[in-house]
Amino acid sequence: MNIFWAVAAGGFLGAICRFVVSNFIQSKHKKPFPFGTFAVNLIGSFFLGFLFAKHVNPLLFFFVGTGFMGAFTTFSTFELESMELIRNRKFLISLSYLLLSTILGVILAFLGYWVGKTL
Amino acid sequence: MNYLFVGIGGIFGALARCYLSTSIHESTLSSFPFGTLCVNLIGSFLLSFIAYASLLSWNLPRKYILAVNTGFIGSFTTFSAFSLELVNLIINNNFDLAIIYVSVSLIGGLGLSWLGIKTAYTFYQQEQKKGDQRQSLGEATQEN
Repeated sequence: MNIFWAVAAGGFLGAICRFVVSNFIQSKHKKPFPFGTFAVNLIGSFFLGFLFAKHVNPLLFFFVGTGFMGAFTTFSTFELESMELIRNRKFLISLSYLLLSTILGVILAFLGYWVGKTL
Repeated sequence: MNYLFVGIGGIFGALARCYLSTSIHESTLSSFPFGTLCVNLIGSFLLSFIAYASLLSWNLPRKYILAVNTGFIGSFTTFSAFSLELVNLIINNNFDLAIIYVSVSLIGGLGLSWLGIKTAYTFYQQEQKKGDQRQSLGEATQEN
């Protein structure tokens, strides 16, 4: 039951933070590249890696990791944005968005893991 | 007020993701992350479908779309777990699985986003056709 509330509370806060942060970052860039989603996905990947390395107690991981970071980052919007770039014939931007998100996401998750292990 | 709608969607999205990905993981017990893959692919279809269907045919207030798409489906799918699982596969020298996971997620997600958009357009066209038929039927009965 505690896990239920931890995930629910994390999801509530994570979704709102994603909405605020990605809208704020996107409003600063008048370019077709989806900087908003790009930024939240990379930030979230770093912190999930960090949290994973820390071996925190499971309930805290359900709250911050599964709930918050899971909801703060999003895969569906990332794919829809890539598809819309393709539909608008912005192939190069779409490809760089897909590849940069994935490669930097892996690097940042690893970096977070490494920072968590060393700190 | 919009924040609250996003947050409420987020609660159910995170819970549904946790439940579904855990049960898929437990039923496969594989080092391949089937759980996250499934939620991400299902969510990619649903997000595109709902985004386009609400644009084309449904006349819903913005706050409900925010709750369902930005809140629920945005939280149902996750990018951070995808990154971390890739790191895990790479650290454990499962390069083949890592490449399969990336390809199926990215290309499958694109395909399902496309399918969601197409499905929304198909529904829209069917509704238009029904509307036209109803209209012509109405005109015909009026003439009689």
